[in-house]
Amino acid sequence: MLAAKDFKTDNEVRWCPGCGDYAILATVQSFMPALGIPRERIVFISGIGCSSRFPYYMNTYGVHSIHGRAPTLATGLSITRPDLSIWVVTGDGDGLSIGGNHLIHALRRNLNITILLFNNRIYGLTKGQYSPTSELGKVTKSTPLGTLDRPLDPIALALGANATFVARALDSDRAGLTEVLQAAAQHSGAALVEIYQNCNIFNDGAFDTLKDSTTAGESIIPLRQGEPIVFGPQGSQAVVRAADGGLRVAETAAVDPAEIVVHDAHRSDPTQAFALAHLADPHTLQHTPIGVFRSISAPCYDDLARRQVNDAVAQAGFPETGAGDDAFAALLAGRDTWVVD
Amino acid sequence: MSEVMVNPSGSVPPPAPAKPVERRDRVIIRFAGDSGDGMQLTGDRFTSASAIFGNDVATLPDFPAEIRAPAGTLPGVSAFQVHFADHDILTPGDAPDVLIAMNPAALRANLKDLPRGAEIILDADEFTPRNLQRVGYSADPRADESLAAYTVRELPLTTLTRAAVADSGVGKKDAARAKNMFALGLVSWLYSRPLDTTRGYLEKKFARAPQILAANLAALNAGYAFGETTEDFSVRYEVAPAADFPAGRYRNISGNLALAYGLVAAGRGCHRPVFLGSYPITPASDVLHLLAGMKQFGVTTFQAEDEIAGIGAALGAAYGGAIGVTTTSGPGMALKSEMIGLAVALELPLVIVDVQRGGPSTGLPTKTEQSDLMQALFGRNGESPVIVIAAQSPSDCFDTAIEAVALATRTRTPVILLSDGYLANGTEPWRIPAVADLPTWDPGFATTEQWQDREFTPYSRDPVSLARPWALPGTPGLTHRIGGLEKADVTGAISYDPANHDTMVRLRQAKVDAVAATIPPLAVDDPDGARVLVLGWGSTYGPIKAAVQAVRAGGQSVARLHLRHLNPLPRDLADVLPRYDRVVLPEMNLGQLATIIRARYLVDVISVTQVRGLPFTSGELTGVLKDVIASVD
Repeated sequence: MLAAKDFKTDNEVRWCPGCGDYAILATVQSFMPALGIPRERIVFISGIGCSSRFPYYMNTYGVHSIHGRAPTLATGLSITRPDLSIWVVTGDGDGLSIGGNHLIHALRRNLNITILLFNNRIYGLTKGQYSPTSELGKVTKSTPLGTLDRPLDPIALALGANATFVARALDSDRAGLTEVLQAAAQHSGAALVEIYQNCNIFNDGAFDTLKDSTTAGESIIPLRQGEPIVFGPQGSQAVVRAADGGLRVAETAAVDPAEIVVHDAHRSDPTQAFALAHLADPHTLQHTPIGVFRSISAPCYDDLARRQVNDAVAQAGFPETGAGDDAFAALLAGRDTWVVD
Repeated sequence: MSEVMVNPSGSVPPPAPAKPVERRDRVIIRFAGDSGDGMQLTGDRFTSASAIFGNDVATLPDFPAEIRAPAGTLPGVSAFQVHFADHDILTPGDAPDVLIAMNPAALRANLKDLPRGAEIILDADEFTPRNLQRVGYSADPRADESLAAYTVRELPLTTLTRAAVADSGVGKKDAARAKNMFALGLVSWLYSRPLDTTRGYLEKKFARAPQILAANLAALNAGYAFGETTEDFSVRYEVAPAADFPAGRYRNISGNLALAYGLVAAGRGCHRPVFLGSYPITPASDVLHLLAGMKQFGVTTFQAEDEIAGIGAALGAAYGGAIGVTTTSGPGMALKSEMIGLAVALELPLVIVDVQRGGPSTGLPTKTEQSDLMQALFGRNGESPVIVIAAQSPSDCFDTAIEAVALATRTRTPVILLSDGYLANGTEPWRIPAVADLPTWDPGFATTEQWQDREFTPYSRDPVSLARPWALPGTPGLTHRIGGLEKADVTGAISYDPANHDTMVRLRQAKVDAVAATIPPLAVDDPDGARVLVLGWGSTYGPIKAAVQAVRAGGQSVARLHLRHLNPLPRDLADVLPRYDRVVLPEMNLGQLATIIRARYLVDVISVTQVRGLPFTSGELTGVLKDVIASVD
């Protein structure tokens, strides 16, 4: 049985002291043995950014690729190597800005990969510009008068791309993150795990509302499969269906318990998960759901792609190496040939 | 006309005793019509029949980027030129002997290319005042002197076709659409081509549409019969089979198809699955289509969300041990630059096929050019050397593809294979290789056993090739991390050390340069000690060789050398170039290889350039060579 230390590398970890990435790394390393997969069959692929240094610190196979493109490498690898456990590590800039296109296509194809998106709502490695998840009006080096563009919610984006597994966790919540990682790893198909991660240098305290014990209870909506969605002190708040068909937060005491929405991540219809994602106030983070939003079963692109090839190979009658020399000779000859003596 | 029956077997052109047969050694025919008229198919079928008949053939499709440009307009003209001969030919021909013009637009667009005395067969039904006006004819060119230099056959092709297919049960529109087959039948008669391969083709293509099949067969047969009976044609022609081919079984093949076959052959050669990551783009898309139909050979094709994802997936597959390939053209090549740079840093095998087209930007999607050479060589940030090789003819794309994969796997380096639109869509006869003769090799993955006594060092190198180990995920004991950041020599750990960076930059360059040691000695074609050398690369091979033959036929000497390896350049090139008083270098760009040659060898090459979206004609190159030869005499 492997232990967390088996997944540590000799590389000196070079994130800033106090960075949320340390907590995530420690959690992932201690979770890995539970996967029950030999280290050599695990691959971490990342793009560019602070989070994307992650593979250097995992004693597995790893590729630190280029900005935003990690899902593309993971795609080619997952189609050709079903024996591997493939993890993509990305950030809010890497995965949602420069790599947004690849993220949505990897999710909609439902490749057998797990994507960890570290969201610190800032560009750290380039020293403090705003990111696609930064709150509206945020003053940064590149936006001295405040940002003008509305932030993107990775959960809503993933659901819009019809992702089959979508979850959110907090860097500092080891138990919660481990639980979500476990579920993501067990999921067949593409899993997106958004991890709120504190950048203590350029965006310190971005998630304090969710971490401070005096505010966390009222801010976090924990999602538990099959349970009514209640939160706050003694479950004083509840998520209920609004008259317009959407979701709203209400005082638990003021509503009929039957009105409280029961969380079901397995619903094939993504609208309830989408409505849950939109309960969160992007500015204050009030009513931020944490946990698994969606987990459904659907065919995986890489399985289907391999099946097409395997079926064609099997039909050709040479299951080991593909169609044989005679078939290849026939292919090269085509239909119309002539002989010169 | 439709009741006149052709020899039903069609395999041998029926004797036509009433009409004399004249022998020709070669003929160039251009089929031209609307992009919806089926001219590419018509030309392709005529070519196939000619090739099977035993002629040497070379073709040049020339079509608009729009799928269906407005009918009857100049931009909508689609043409297909075929050159067939009783001897070895190298180009699709400079100027057509015969133009088949399906409408006034086709006539107007192609007339400028016709030499005096050429024959024009046109569809008189289409020469209406409105159609003439649409293409800017203020007067009917048939009525004034504009066509006086040509032999013009005005035939009501549409009317004849409609009459011929009347019994097939198709509607008026489908009836008229069969007129390309009528024209094909007629030209097949005129040049004594058999019809059976085209019949077989149609039977397969329209197996599920019996009425359309009947209409097309009726039109084809009627066209042939029309030739026999009409008084418009007093002679027919014959081009005997070519005798100077090496013995073997042949087929006609396009560059894109040969390339696809070559990639499959390469995967088989090293017993690895081929993975193509690609995004549709003209004229490279056919390689994706073709490989998508070859899954029974273990080929996986992935149509990505964009060009970057196409190459990224190919690199990911290569990391996992597959033969990673991406195909692209034009601006797609620009989009792949950063990922090629990553492959250079990761030192993983990757094949990038660039089917060049006219640029910059979107440029000329369906026209050929050789203007991506500098981009292939240098178009990345940093010192980013890759191997660059170029195919010289459609069938050569097969061998070039195998070599690209072999070089990539052997050196663990990206290889850029340059083809172009002319090679991609052009066709020529190909002697089909025996499968047993195709090369095989071992990709040489790193193994646990090799490293069991020591720490795995992913950036240690083979002493000769300087290639690093290709250690696949899944191999116990070899877990390692690689990336785009500079790596320490040997260990591959991240390193910002100045001296190490200098070492690594030079090592990556030396690794690519070391390939030169494996390039066979240059074969200079110089039978009689010429003073002028013509140097070429890529698809200029045919026109240059044809021009050299023409110069020599005129009693003058000229030497010829064609480069397949563009990076690294062959070592003996430095010895060859100074032997000549003048080096002439034709390119379909503004002198990109000429710039390299001047810089590397201090040889003041005479750069001959054109960027018209079409290959050089051998005639223009013959003229250039004669002028240069005259200047040194």
